[in-house]
Amino acid sequence: MHNFEFVKPSSIADAAKALGQDGAQALSGGQTLIPTMKQRLAAPAVLVSLTGINEMQGVCMGDGGLHIGAATPHAVVARDAAKHYPALAALAGGIGDPAVRNKGTLGGSLANNDPAACYPSAVLASGATIVTNTRRIAADDFFLGMFTTALKEGEIIVEVAFPIPQKAAYVKFNQPASRFALTAVFVAKHPGGVRVAVTGASSGGVFRWTEAEAALSGTFSAGAIAGLTVNAADLIGDLHGTPAYRANLVKVLTGRAVTAAG
Amino acid sequence: MTTVSMTVNGRAVSGEVEGRTLLSGFLRDGLRMTGTHVGCDTSQCGACVVHVNGQAVKSCTVFAQDVAGADVRTIEGMANADGSLGVIQQAFQDHHGLQCGFCTPGMVMSAAALLAENPKPSEHEIRHYLDGNICRCTGYHNIVKAVMAASGQDVSALAAE
Amino acid sequence: MPKDHGIGAATKRREDVRFLTGKGRYVDDINRFGQTYAVFLRSDVAHGRITKLDTKAALAMPGVLAVLTGDDFKGMGGLITAWQVTDKHGKPQLEPRHPVLAEGMVRHVGEPIAAVIAETEAQARDAVEAIVLEIEALPAVVDMKAAVEAGSTQVHEGLGSNLCFDWGFIEANKAAVDAAFTTAHHVTTLELVNQRMIPNAMEPRAALAEYDSGTGQYTLTTTSQNPHVIRLVMGAFTLNIPEGKLRVVSPDVGGGFGSKIMNYNEEACLTHAAKVVDRPVKWTATRSESFVTDAQGRDHVTKMQLALDKDGMFLAVRTETYANLGAYLRLFATVTPTYLHGPAAGGPYKTPLFYVNVKGVFTNTVPVDAYRGAGRPEGTYQLERLVDKAAREMGMDQAEIRRKNFVRPEEFPYQTPLAVVYDSGNYHATLDKVLAMSDYAGFEARRVASAAKGLLRGVGFSTWVEASGLAPSQLIGSLGARAGLYESATIRVNPTGGITVFTGTHSHGQGHETAFAQIVADQLGIDAGLIEISHGDSDKTPFGMGTYGSRSAAVGGSAIFRATEKVIAKAKKFAAHLLEASEADIELADGQFTVAGTDKSIAWAAVTLAAYVPHNYPAGSMEPGLEETAFYDPSNFVYPAGAYVCEVEVDPATGKVRVAAFHAADDFGTVLNPMIVEGQQHGGIAQGIGQALMENGVYDDEGQLLSGSYMDYAMPRAEDLPMFDVDHSCITVCAHNPLGVKGCGEAGAIGSPPAVVNAVIDALQRGGHTHVTHIDMPVSPSRVWSAING
Repeated sequence: MHNFEFVKPSSIADAAKALGQDGAQALSGGQTLIPTMKQRLAAPAVLVSLTGINEMQGVCMGDGGLHIGAATPHAVVARDAAKHYPALAALAGGIGDPAVRNKGTLGGSLANNDPAACYPSAVLASGATIVTNTRRIAADDFFLGMFTTALKEGEIIVEVAFPIPQKAAYVKFNQPASRFALTAVFVAKHPGGVRVAVTGASSGGVFRWTEAEAALSGTFSAGAIAGLTVNAADLIGDLHGTPAYRANLVKVLTGRAVTAAG
Repeated sequence: MTTVSMTVNGRAVSGEVEGRTLLSGFLRDGLRMTGTHVGCDTSQCGACVVHVNGQAVKSCTVFAQDVAGADVRTIEGMANADGSLGVIQQAFQDHHGLQCGFCTPGMVMSAAALLAENPKPSEHEIRHYLDGNICRCTGYHNIVKAVMAASGQDVSALAAE
Repeated sequence: MPKDHGIGAATKRREDVRFLTGKGRYVDDINRFGQTYAVFLRSDVAHGRITKLDTKAALAMPGVLAVLTGDDFKGMGGLITAWQVTDKHGKPQLEPRHPVLAEGMVRHVGEPIAAVIAETEAQARDAVEAIVLEIEALPAVVDMKAAVEAGSTQVHEGLGSNLCFDWGFIEANKAAVDAAFTTAHHVTTLELVNQRMIPNAMEPRAALAEYDSGTGQYTLTTTSQNPHVIRLVMGAFTLNIPEGKLRVVSPDVGGGFGSKIMNYNEEACLTHAAKVVDRPVKWTATRSESFVTDAQGRDHVTKMQLALDKDGMFLAVRTETYANLGAYLRLFATVTPTYLHGPAAGGPYKTPLFYVNVKGVFTNTVPVDAYRGAGRPEGTYQLERLVDKAAREMGMDQAEIRRKNFVRPEEFPYQTPLAVVYDSGNYHATLDKVLAMSDYAGFEARRVASAAKGLLRGVGFSTWVEASGLAPSQLIGSLGARAGLYESATIRVNPTGGITVFTGTHSHGQGHETAFAQIVADQLGIDAGLIEISHGDSDKTPFGMGTYGSRSAAVGGSAIFRATEKVIAKAKKFAAHLLEASEADIELADGQFTVAGTDKSIAWAAVTLAAYVPHNYPAGSMEPGLEETAFYDPSNFVYPAGAYVCEVEVDPATGKVRVAAFHAADDFGTVLNPMIVEGQQHGGIAQGIGQALMENGVYDDEGQLLSGSYMDYAMPRAEDLPMFDVDHSCITVCAHNPLGVKGCGEAGAIGSPPAVVNAVIDALQRGGHTHVTHIDMPVSPSRVWSAING
């Protein structure tokens, strides 16, 4: 990879300042960024590590639900969120592999917005709020398409606040090589209705399956979506699965998530 | 170039690194500790797994400067003080849990991290935990057996369902 | 009971201690004083003409010592192929020049164009980006059938065709085979693909080249399964370096599975570069580089038919295969889809008539060569899928149709209609064994239990035999081999009784240091700890052909056995002298020479010392020293065989297949070390399951490899595989090698893919999806679901 200057600030303010430099890029867990840099597909001049900032670490209950620092590794979420939000903890515990989970972070995953990443579906289905160093962004406004988010240049995700649903479950069908989601569905039953977020299936990234949400808001059971079909036209076709296959998975996994949520 | 210092297998070490120097490169080229292997460039294979502050990480996907001051443990630090094989290492030999040996350092380090978290893992838990360590030789059968044996469990009945 | 360290003992592996403590020495672990680094500029298009290649800016970059291009290899040879296949028209195969670095044209993504040599790896990588390269992209040929149509783009313009050979085996049988089909009671037809596999040894290839300008001596340290072969073909045919000036060393090798047999462009380039810069030069592949440079495997498209009589007896088999060779011929490229593949059409059955047609085709893809099993997995997959389909069509039990067509135990040696003679075997025994192991009779109860979970359960069979232990030189010579495939061994007995065994085969993970020591320990009756195994160095072992084709024990081990016999014979002369007895009366047992029928004896170490301290020999009668060499050339292949049963559960909603159980009963002849043999079974089966369910090397129409990293090429992980139930107790010893061994390295990879696919088809059929008669590998969830719903 190309060389760069490595800096590791200990405060959000210092990180924001460092990211103001030309060619600066934020580094969180690095589990996607570093392989990308090895391929020379990313070549920052300055790499600003966010993992030394204490205020971006940790899991705690607070206003509006469960607050998770953006630089909290998946393994910590899997452990510390388990008693508050088991479905979210289970999702975090199924990302990548143990070594990846010890480094990869919530904020890094969201900022990258890989169309097959796990976390965006939880954020979207939970109706979470993404808190940055400058503002609060609702989940519905955050994900703007594959590898694209509402984040501005240099903006740092500080934490994410997850409202805790009454019932929730995440069911992931692994892409056999990468272990990312070939398709995965996060179903969350809130007092105001059900949210169903799908990842892995669309090149546009994570999306809400609104027909299923309407059906499940009426009756929260797998049978409620039996009559629905998913339009395959907008879905990904690649060597791991056709669009029609992914459309099938969206429905099957949604049903299984509803059943798992209980 | 910047000087980076850390503790590796209980020994204080330091060396000159660039920003782009990975922990795996620092260990292999800087410290000449070549037990940590690099088998891919997409953070998948796990041959490079070491422990940083007690946690398994892929050393090919961590910058050396990012772990400045950390306590790092590698395969070279897994034997007993007298040089004999540690419990996990011995179980790998006893149960033929390695063939070409290339993935083995990462496999042993991941196994050690697993057993620290979960002293008596089931076969399923072992397989799940080793998801980030690819072995092309063994079919994992004897690796699973070795990890289970290292945890003191009876492996005589391990077989297909 | 075997002795604790002799033949048959489950001796723990001595090499493990260094591997487990981080002290293995793989090529990339080795560094030399003054070492420089090479990084290659590679083609990012599959086919094109280089219109500009300017290295000036790169040469001016910090730390850069040299930039080599195709021009630096003008006048030198290319990379050669080791076998000449003659096709059905009597024409020799087409052999394009395979340059070390591209000469004006590029023909696959990843083809090396230039090499930068610099002080550091990072500097070399930076400088590669400063090379000015312009390529006029040409249409790429990826599909084999399109490649052989008139008017297709030519991979090699000067060659006149993309059809390397059109091979008929055996051409003279064709009319009789066709006639058998016209009168057969039943004909089963199947078209299938044996997909492109990417070997993926976990150690990426690497090389370290040195040149001594004082002596003109080159040393290449490289990731190779056969360092002597590299020395021979690279020295003699590519770089024109005589053997005496070229040492090739291959230290610990982190897996190969065939992909480290071949002499590679990078090895030749580095060896030459070491002389150009007069410094050691090192290169280590990134995994991304491995994906587009390591020889790949399989990639056959086959149409085949089986003719049967009304009782289900096989009458004839005919197949037509398109075999992808990629853009260039690597070392075993043409023998793999022909002579290593065609005879597999016979399998363990007594089918009297065969005709195998193989069209070897050039395409703009990475070259294809031997991958674990090399040709035999392709042939076995075809036959065992075909038999499975025939049984379903005729309403016969999968075990019964196989059993009734097997060569019977009393019929060995069995002359097949396909040139080879099966020397020994008992296919009924392995089938009976695996039926018992798998509780075949209890399958229905397990199926019902799976169904209660909403899962479809199926059982699949595969009974197979392979010709391995490569190879009888005279036979293969008559078939076009350009080398002999014997093996050498030197036993050097040291004065104090310790032994160093120099073997020409090599280990890339199979535990030869342990198993070969067991052979010698068994023969001499001495402690295995006294025996060192040395391999992987052309300066130490006289000659060698390396490790592949399940040959290490059968051929390499037999050479060691023969050399040890010679040592014993000479040692007996010393013992006879020391014991004042006749040589004919000396017996060796448990490391002690004894005069038969007496209590006069002398220890091994006393005799070896006397061999090197010739103070009291009868004048002129005895030559000092105790070191013997044997070259062992087998008189036949060996024929390991097995019977496999796989049970799967299919989730019909997602198409996901889980291997619920895998049972393997193999006949490997004599087993040297059961622990190691079982490890080979496990690994081979895992690779076979990987092929059956997960792995897929896919190119797009432009020749770009879509599955070019572990993000898309699905390597089996621990979670994807079950515990394996393996057995090797059904032993028929090899009738012609001194150890009675057959070979176990490739078995699992050969026998398992059809068992898995047959099980999936069985599950779907039993589950009512009777329209599904075939799914191509990998039988991925998407494909299974599509087949069910198609």
